[in-house]
Amino acid sequence: VAELGLRHPGTHRWKLAGAGALLTLSLTCIMAATPIPSAELDERTNRLASELRCLVCQNQTVADSQAELAVQLKREVRSQLAKGATDEQVRDFMVQRYGEFVLYRPTVNHSTWLLWGGPALLLLTGAGLFVSHWRARRLSGNSLDEADSGFDPHAQDQASSAERAQA
Amino acid sequence: MTMRRFLLPIGLFLALVCTLALGLKRDPQAPLPSPLVGKPVPAFQLTQLTDAQKQFGPQDLKGQVWLLNVWASWCVSCRQEHPLIQDLARKGTLPIVGLNYQDQREPGQRWLETHGNPYQFTAFDADGKVGMDLGVYGLPETFVIDKQGRIRYKHTGPVTAEVLKTKLLPLIKELQRG
Repeated sequence: VAELGLRHPGTHRWKLAGAGALLTLSLTCIMAATPIPSAELDERTNRLASELRCLVCQNQTVADSQAELAVQLKREVRSQLAKGATDEQVRDFMVQRYGEFVLYRPTVNHSTWLLWGGPALLLLTGAGLFVSHWRARRLSGNSLDEADSGFDPHAQDQASSAERAQA
Repeated sequence: MTMRRFLLPIGLFLALVCTLALGLKRDPQAPLPSPLVGKPVPAFQLTQLTDAQKQFGPQDLKGQVWLLNVWASWCVSCRQEHPLIQDLARKGTLPIVGLNYQDQREPGQRWLETHGNPYQFTAFDADGKVGMDLGVYGLPETFVIDKQGRIRYKHTGPVTAEVLKTKLLPLIKELQRG
């Protein structure tokens, strides 16, 4: 926009005010005609590639790996982005061919809900256990002496240690 | 009474141990399930390895059950499965198509001369684009394609006599009947 303003110092303001649609149109044309600067392309390629799993070296991302397939996939990502593909389209391209496994951050669906929900589920279970334990202790009377005079001096830590084990 | 206090933590601990043990036992190199199984084989048109003037595309074998075997002259484990593929071709069970993946014409042709050519056609995928569409990630890979041109099974890694007998052949028979 700044460039456009500099190039047409007189008409820019008028365009904005009077013919917004025309400006949008011309901007779209300029954007479509101008190739994405290579620094930006590199940056996007890298960002996307670091979300993709290298399939021959499964604990590395495509960005990190020097495996032939990873290099090839990186090249494919770059060329698709250069042609104007969105990040989403590139991700879809990979998933269609290699499955959800290729994404380090898989989408939430019927086979991944446990993966995504697991930590929260564990936390909730832990919290639930903690609360019920704590309640039971409070209800089992204010006979604190009975509870604490047991030979286990860490009795009151039970609930929280269970919680820690969960985490 | 005091024992019961430990029941929960110990139970949780054992559950954790079991989860981790199961995770360790899993084969990290186990073949990935292909999302392409059940889908139509991606359309392509490539020149043939043995004759650059001739072409091959999956539509050429429409109406038949066929095998697509992805290989390359640089692929060592392709040699391991090759006798089995040749055996299958000799028996004439079904048309076998080779996909020469990320290779060069010369070494590819020489490889077929040295090790034998079981392929009715060999499509020449020099830049690996078709391989990418097929989700190829480790050679050799073998696809079973049905009469409607859908991928019905994918085997990653060298085909063994066991895989052929228990997986590929029964499926091929069933698809040919249907």
